[in-house]
Amino acid sequence: MKAAATTNEAALISRILAGETELFHELIRPYERLVYVTIFAIVKNETEAEDGAQETMINAFRYLKSFRGDAKFSTWLVTIAMNEARKRLRKGKAAAEDSLDATLEDSEGGDYTPAVLTDWREIPLQALEKKELREKLREAVALLPENYREVFVLRDIEELNQEETAAALGINVTLVKVRLHRARMMLQKALVPYLKSGAPFEAQSKAARGGFFRRWLP
Amino acid sequence: MKLDCKHVWEHISGYLDHQLDPEVLAAVEKHLENCEVCSAVLDSTRNVLVLTADDRTYELPVGYSERLHEKLAAAIRGGTGSQ
Repeated sequence: MKAAATTNEAALISRILAGETELFHELIRPYERLVYVTIFAIVKNETEAEDGAQETMINAFRYLKSFRGDAKFSTWLVTIAMNEARKRLRKGKAAAEDSLDATLEDSEGGDYTPAVLTDWREIPLQALEKKELREKLREAVALLPENYREVFVLRDIEELNQEETAAALGINVTLVKVRLHRARMMLQKALVPYLKSGAPFEAQSKAARGGFFRRWLP
Repeated sequence: MKLDCKHVWEHISGYLDHQLDPEVLAAVEKHLENCEVCSAVLDSTRNVLVLTADDRTYELPVGYSERLHEKLAAAIRGGTGSQ
């Protein structure tokens, strides 16, 4: 299916470049969410993210001719979105609130050990369904150092693979792995208190837990 | 190969991404079997990723798609396309 989608995309792109410009709407439809979320997770502001997403798509249309078929269209689009997000972050006041927390942990020698839970059964499954928890996660992602956040957004929010992430950010795969691991550990640390609090603990059988985890295992 | 907790934590990300070498993977799994602390770290990290991938965590603004396509239509009509 993936191969078919790519072929279809290549055909669409040729036709758009040949003059059927209206088809551009179809080309980008699968990536509307990808582009918005990529920018939102970086600029942390809905209006900015929406403007940025529009700008990204318009630029993609304008520069479609420069897209090379050897990269994936989605990766190319993410590169444009990432640049748009960075540009907006730099000029926006968002930069001010970002820098302080970010630089604190932005040294390579930081502490990336996870938070240790003394009793792991304290994590109530229902907690994951909570709206507040998703809010806390967005806040924690927003506070990640920029380099880590970019990798986390592409790998774990957008689910690009390592190679695509490396290509979109212009860094190597090793750096993608290192930054992703650190980002995840920082988020684990930030989220653990909220995972632990909340609904009263209900005894869970090992089977129930197993079932729960299996749902998300690839 | 025997790993202590600190070393296991270094491999959590690789473990979740199925990227550990067989030897390291075996050692990590062996450790996890007997260590509730590391199992908890693994589970909570995995929970963070599940939450991250949940579409409700990052939601699109209402009307986003419509507005996007309107802007695009204007850009396309404006003839700013593929020079």
